Amino acid sequence: MAREIKFAEAVLEATDQCLAEDPSVYLMGLGVPDPKGVFGTTLGLQEKHGPRRVMDMPTSENAMTGVAVGSAIAGMRPIMVHQRVDFFLLAFDQIINHASKWHYMSAGKTRVPMVVRLIIGRGWGQGPQHSQSLESVFAHFPGLKVLMPATPGDAKGLLVAAVRDDNPVVFLEHRWLHGVFGPVPEEPYAVPIGKARIARPGTDVTLVAAGYMTLESLQAARMLEEDGVSAEVVDLRTLRPLDAGAVLASAEKTGRLVAVDNGWRSFGFGAEIVALAAEKLFGALKAAPARVSPPDVPIPSTWGLSNHYYPTAAHIADAALGMMGKKPRHRAARRADLDKPQDTPNKAFTGPF
Amino acid sequence: MKAKTGAARPAGPARSAGVNHRDAALDAGLRKSLWRGMLRIRMVEEEIARRYPEQEMRCPVHLSIGQEGVAVGVCSALEQRDYAMSAHRAHAHYLAKGGDLKAMIAEMYGRRTGCAGGKGGSMHLVDPAANMLGAVPIVGGSIPIAVGAAFASWMKNEDRVTAVFLGDGATEEGVFAESLNFAALKGLPVLFICENNLYSVYSPLSVRQAAGRDRTAIARAHGLEAREADGNDVEAVYRLSREAAERARAGKGPSYLEFSTYRWLEHCGPSYDNHMGYRSEEEFAAWRAQCPVLRQQTILERDGLLAAEEPAALKRALAAEIEEAFAFAKSSPYPAPAELMTDLYADGAGN
Repeated sequence: MAREIKFAEAVLEATDQCLAEDPSVYLMGLGVPDPKGVFGTTLGLQEKHGPRRVMDMPTSENAMTGVAVGSAIAGMRPIMVHQRVDFFLLAFDQIINHASKWHYMSAGKTRVPMVVRLIIGRGWGQGPQHSQSLESVFAHFPGLKVLMPATPGDAKGLLVAAVRDDNPVVFLEHRWLHGVFGPVPEEPYAVPIGKARIARPGTDVTLVAAGYMTLESLQAARMLEEDGVSAEVVDLRTLRPLDAGAVLASAEKTGRLVAVDNGWRSFGFGAEIVALAAEKLFGALKAAPARVSPPDVPIPSTWGLSNHYYPTAAHIADAALGMMGKKPRHRAARRADLDKPQDTPNKAFTGPF
Repeated sequence: MKAKTGAARPAGPARSAGVNHRDAALDAGLRKSLWRGMLRIRMVEEEIARRYPEQEMRCPVHLSIGQEGVAVGVCSALEQRDYAMSAHRAHAHYLAKGGDLKAMIAEMYGRRTGCAGGKGGSMHLVDPAANMLGAVPIVGGSIPIAVGAAFASWMKNEDRVTAVFLGDGATEEGVFAESLNFAALKGLPVLFICENNLYSVYSPLSVRQAAGRDRTAIARAHGLEAREADGNDVEAVYRLSREAAERARAGKGPSYLEFSTYRWLEHCGPSYDNHMGYRSEEEFAAWRAQCPVLRQQTILERDGLLAAEEPAALKRALAAEIEEAFAFAKSSPYPAPAELMTDLYADGAGN
């Protein structure tokens, strides 16, 4: 049986192996060598690879991203990590104005191979500035690659691919995935960037998701099985470049499409997926494509409200049922859940985090 | 009369009179090459200004006329292997660092032979062969990138210094302080070169920085060596830069050098703009009297280093080189329409 390790351990192993295989790779981030090691994803790396290549950094997100850019132009392969994606908004000048355009605006004479690992928070009252899901924002910019793994196996393979890639790559990790187990080969390997994965085959409806929402979508597919509905789950793995072919092939087969977004509804990747289907598959669809997403409001801290913010498997399943002409029933069945905290992924996962 | 601070600085140019920059003799060949380098940049930019109204250079141009001393003084103190980066007013830095003239002019004409294939324009000059790593018009944007290049040299134990050119406005950006801190923290081989030309577009220092804000003190507080000098005295610029580069090479860390100078033409474009009223004709005249090119020529003549016919001969040679560069640019093709979509990703990945 294949070895199973946690998502966070897979990230750690990928980073360790990348540092070992290429002397131009280095890792920096606030807290990288501290006792918690960025949720366990950087533990022991400084001891193993030395303080020059594995380092803490000043609380200067913008300049340090510029340092990553400049070092990449000069031949290094930086990996930078931020414990929350929200802080990285301070570095938008560097990642958007500079990193994403550097290769293009030098007509290919210079390149910026760098990886920025960003963690999306959720739960235990993280609130408006510690749990934003900004993947669609990054995916808006040509020149960036945007990865969002859902499984430990993809976390390792996509991170290795990102580090070996010659472009700026944004690598988004959902905090609730860090503790998830899955099979992960021990040797270094790359999962191709820009290729989606059929996480579960099905025939009646296509659920398109990325990152943590892939897990909710798989749960929704299991619920739909009880309703006699066969759902296919497409795990995008990469938002940009988007594997449009995989989305279209699945949606053409099933004739129904639900885009499941972890970020805000308007102008997000869910909207992009629905637009893609509307443009390319208008005649082949049996129902109007739908989006499942949080509402367009900041994320409140209290579980009394955040319970009502995040879409769940029940929302996804009900969206599919509605599309099938069947009566939605799953949200109503789980209404009582909303009277207690839904702000941790499991019992082992307690705050603060 | 070397004013210490921005707001307290008199309107007229500072002089190096009280500073001992001239005491040790520089090599005569070097002193002449400083003059030649400045004159070349001056003539290139005058030709850009002359031709700009033809509206064939269809991109913003920020000319450095009057500020050549800093570019040439600094870059002459660097080695070919050293890196340089710049900002929106980059022509002089690019040329002084050894950037290809034809490719620069072609870039302004938007041709595919341009240094950035026409995709960057005047504000994105780059020439990896000369180790001119790039230029960006987002104020302060190239500062941490240059620190990153120096960090790469530090990681690789290379004997390589990075110089980043910035303006007085960039010292108001948060990323400036962040970059000074990290450069000092690691002792990186980087020179922060501030060209203080007193204005950020039309806004004078006095409305942007508190009276007495001493930028060299800010740099020192971060742990850098910091010096200032008259930027229109190319030999003074050279000496300070050489010293700072040697310190960096010896592993003694980063320096901040501030050079006072003055932009003669408008912020962006080929014309004089004193009539707009944001600065006085008197102030302009005082600075113009301190033309860095003419000052160096006068000194060389005084020291008997220039033959009578040399200036005219050099001007003829430069004019021919410049004419050839413009002819090259204007006869070069525009990028093919398909090139719109190329160079997005280094591996040719699509969207």
